[in-house]
Amino acid sequence: MIEIVAPGLLTTVQDRGRPGQAAIGVPHSGSVDPALAAHCNRLVGNGDDAAVLETVGGLRLRALEAVVVATDLEPVARSLRPGDEVVIAVGGRAWHYLAVRGGVDVPPVLGSRSTDTLSGLGPPAPGPGDVLPIGPEPHRLPIGETWPPPGVPDVATVTHGPRADWFASLDELTAPLWTVTDASRVGVRLGGARLDRVVEAELPSEGLVRGAIQVPPDGSPIVMLSDHPTTGGYPVIAVVEPSSLAAVSQRPVGGSVRLRWRPELGPR
Amino acid sequence: MGPRAFLVDEVGDPAAWAAAFRSFDPPGVVDVVPAARTVLVVTDDERSLGRAKALVPDVDTTAVVRHVGREILVPVDYDGPDLADVAERTGLGIDAVVSAHTAASYRVEFCGFAPGFAYLSGLPDQLHLPRRATPRTRVPAGSVAIADRYSAVYPTASPGGWHLLGRTDMVLFDVERERPATLEPGTTVRFVAS
Repeated sequence: MIEIVAPGLLTTVQDRGRPGQAAIGVPHSGSVDPALAAHCNRLVGNGDDAAVLETVGGLRLRALEAVVVATDLEPVARSLRPGDEVVIAVGGRAWHYLAVRGGVDVPPVLGSRSTDTLSGLGPPAPGPGDVLPIGPEPHRLPIGETWPPPGVPDVATVTHGPRADWFASLDELTAPLWTVTDASRVGVRLGGARLDRVVEAELPSEGLVRGAIQVPPDGSPIVMLSDHPTTGGYPVIAVVEPSSLAAVSQRPVGGSVRLRWRPELGPR
Repeated sequence: MGPRAFLVDEVGDPAAWAAAFRSFDPPGVVDVVPAARTVLVVTDDERSLGRAKALVPDVDTTAVVRHVGREILVPVDYDGPDLADVAERTGLGIDAVVSAHTAASYRVEFCGFAPGFAYLSGLPDQLHLPRRATPRTRVPAGSVAIADRYSAVYPTASPGGWHLLGRTDMVLFDVERERPATLEPGTTVRFVAS
């Protein structure tokens, strides 16, 4: 078992989420940076489905028994004795991960242990003093050698969205150096330019995916992340490819990011 | 919609289209999400995407025939905070508003906004009103509501801009059930004054 001494700005339990239930309005949820979460799981020898702790920072955790943990801040797993603590400060990546060997073993809801901050499904976010159970030892051994985590790309690759033709110029999406002005598990708001529409009609709600870039009437794009709503009424101009979504999702507020079209495409 | 998903546009009956597409049991399809006029198909990789797209021309909604799922009767206590306002704005009077709402037969076109929140078509023309100018920060769970051409029941407390006609004690979303949402795309619904 582990104790959350302090959850910091936001700490939640996450795994690979609840795919396949959007038709009844259930968001996908799951780790904002699934590759980084999987990396930490591998370091402790967990399977990919093990639940981890995802934190913005300020997390202070205490082992109540002997546990093996790994975070995105160190290239190797660490053994903790009862009473040992781990601290993850705010800084660097926007979202940090801590994996415990055996996984965080809270009861799953609709097939997942992820906390969905939009719908409220899943376990409540832990508060100070909360104790989390750990699951049984996995068969795999922890990685014995150092293994640096994936880096955060500077540029996110995008492909055309279903409503790209609603916009005056697709160059307007890739020209600016965008700044992250607001971020949550639901989405990242980008500032620095205004994307103008050529179609003024209202869009009836349509399905969304992670990485979809919605443009509300004010022209500032919003990139959908894990807890995005299942449908939305703002046109999607482009979609960030899953493999480069971390370029946006891991950028802290105030950070900058560029977007570029997938090489074989280019703008219309 | 990215390397793993695509949006089928201008679909006359998205709920039926989604049911017909799902019946192909296409490999690698993670989700099929009907909405107001579209269906989103989500796959697990680019190859699955290609194979799923190839099936689109074969979708035949006439075979599904206005896909009818279960029929659900929703008991409603018609005492909502907007009932009088709706009665006045429509010029119908409260009794006529309740009669019109309960006389109609509804169908779940799609879900969105929150788990188990279903957009119900079939609202009589005389009850069509734009959303409230000022949304409420909190609509109680079970609220029965109307806006534009839809009716809906809020499964849990949430912010909301629809006109509240009444409330039901029926559970609309239960994570313990095998089918957690009471109202799924294709389900037909009637409201009954209780």
